[in-house]
Amino acid sequence: MQDKSRHLLTPAVAADAARADRTVKRDVVYVYEAPVRLWHWINAAVILVLGLTGYFVASVPPTMTGEASDNFLFGYMRFAHFSAGYVLTVGFLLRIYWAFMGNTHARQIFYVPLWRKSFWAEVLNQIRWYAFLEVKPKNHAGHNPLARLAMFFMFTPTISFMIVTGFALYAQGAGNDSWQYKLFGWVFSIWPNSQDVHTWHHLGLWVIATFALVHIYAAIREDIMSRQSIVSSMISGEREFRD
Amino acid sequence: MGAATETFYSVIRRQGITRRSFHKFCSLTATSLGLGSLAASRIANALENKPRVPVIWMHGLECTCCSESFIRSAHPLVKDAVLSMISLDYDETIMAAAGHQAEAILEETRAKYKGQYVLAVEGNPPLNDDGMFCIDGGKPFVEKLRAMAEDSMTIVAWGTCASWGCVQAAKPNPTQALPIDKVITNKPIIKVPGCPPIAEVMTGVVTFIITFGKLPELDRHGRPKMFYSQRIHDKCYRRPHFDAGQFVEEWDDESARKGYCLYKMGCKGPATYNACSTVRWNGGVSFPIQSGHGCIGCSEEGFWDKGSFYDRLTTIKQFGIEKNADQIGMAAAGVVGAAVAAHAAVTAAKQLTCKRDGAAQER
Repeated sequence: MQDKSRHLLTPAVAADAARADRTVKRDVVYVYEAPVRLWHWINAAVILVLGLTGYFVASVPPTMTGEASDNFLFGYMRFAHFSAGYVLTVGFLLRIYWAFMGNTHARQIFYVPLWRKSFWAEVLNQIRWYAFLEVKPKNHAGHNPLARLAMFFMFTPTISFMIVTGFALYAQGAGNDSWQYKLFGWVFSIWPNSQDVHTWHHLGLWVIATFALVHIYAAIREDIMSRQSIVSSMISGEREFRD
Repeated sequence: MGAATETFYSVIRRQGITRRSFHKFCSLTATSLGLGSLAASRIANALENKPRVPVIWMHGLECTCCSESFIRSAHPLVKDAVLSMISLDYDETIMAAAGHQAEAILEETRAKYKGQYVLAVEGNPPLNDDGMFCIDGGKPFVEKLRAMAEDSMTIVAWGTCASWGCVQAAKPNPTQALPIDKVITNKPIIKVPGCPPIAEVMTGVVTFIITFGKLPELDRHGRPKMFYSQRIHDKCYRRPHFDAGQFVEEWDDESARKGYCLYKMGCKGPATYNACSTVRWNGGVSFPIQSGHGCIGCSEEGFWDKGSFYDRLTTIKQFGIEKNADQIGMAAAGVVGAAVAAHAAVTAAKQLTCKRDGAAQER
């Protein structure tokens, strides 16, 4: 896939000549396969649900009045949080599976070629682009190197952390003989007082929220400013080079 | 020390307790331990045939609240536990002997019951300055603890002091007080945390050990599963108000009068493993939440250092500032949000000027 995309990039430069003609056929690379796109949007939706319910479980809304039997606000909120958590977990597991089965771009969020000099050169270039020091950004078929760093260091570990601590906290309710406790009870060997796990899990929410902020801004900005499609690529799967 | 081979039953009978009452006690104890009906006869059999287990009860850095709780046990009565069930050979606070006579018991028990006695420890040893912050019988407590632990069968760590460290181990822990399992690593240790632990939990654990001659099943932190496998929250009678989203918001508001959930007032019930909401206190009369105050999590590790007892989101000290997760998170998201907005503004401005330049050039 990588070779193919490079092959396609070269004529992209040549296409400059045809710029005046807006109807010119643009170069397109198939980047995000269907499972990746599906995962991305389901993931976005459940993170929204998890973030909102999680925030309100910890920072409690005003009390409900009336009979306890007439209300089930926290029950519903926790139910939404737990079910969304399961969807997130299953999705993430399938996403890991797809990292092995899919194309090279499907692997980008799971490793970063930190040992490659050329990677760091591209990171520097990307930083310069964001710092308004480069006039023209480079084209990237998949994630740009900076985005890849953010994915690898901010998104993937945080989601893993949230799944692990989330299931550990869930195990408290499910009981010490539940499979959740058997699988994730070791978290309490690190933090014997589960109040700490609550706190760190809640802090994880803010890491994800901050990540989402940057992620959405960067995606929209690059969609406008860069020489390639970004937002629509996660819908169609195709990256369009607009030179 | 009395006859060494005396059984519990002979002691009980000598005290004028009828066989009928004895069996009543056995079935009550079996019930309170959550064991089946067969266990009652096993307990009776054990008490009739097994010699009383010698217990050495030592006090390190502590406040004696565990002893205070213990002596209020109702099921079984502490009188039964101390006078009949165990052979409490040494306990600074309630023994008759004093001075050298008392200290001699330690050596005697060590020699006579090597590997057979239970070492119950209330409080913990401070290690700083060679243990000089807790001197007991002219020697640092830590030395006494190590010596007596050496030949013991098992160690019972009473209370949060012995189990987790409690207040003397709270930051900055100037005496370097450590829980028992951090000092004694080669003996089975059962933790019975709580500040203090519930009286019936304490006597229940003692009854189990002397009945079966082994420790009850423990969880990953060394606590007996039968009393510490569920949180206060899981069995709290105010739980329906939690699920309904009905919370006390001020100590004197309508919700407080109606007995709503204390979650918003910082109740640590959802993070605290103990039996308060089932066994309760003072012979089952009440427990903190029933009395209108949230759980402070006294049976949990480092509960003094987990921020306020009255906040749901407790403060995080790792960042060098005392802020909770929301304050830290919102600050971070705010800074990043502002940066994003600024970056977007610069991008837009740059774009506009570039376009104007481009337009100028074209003209």
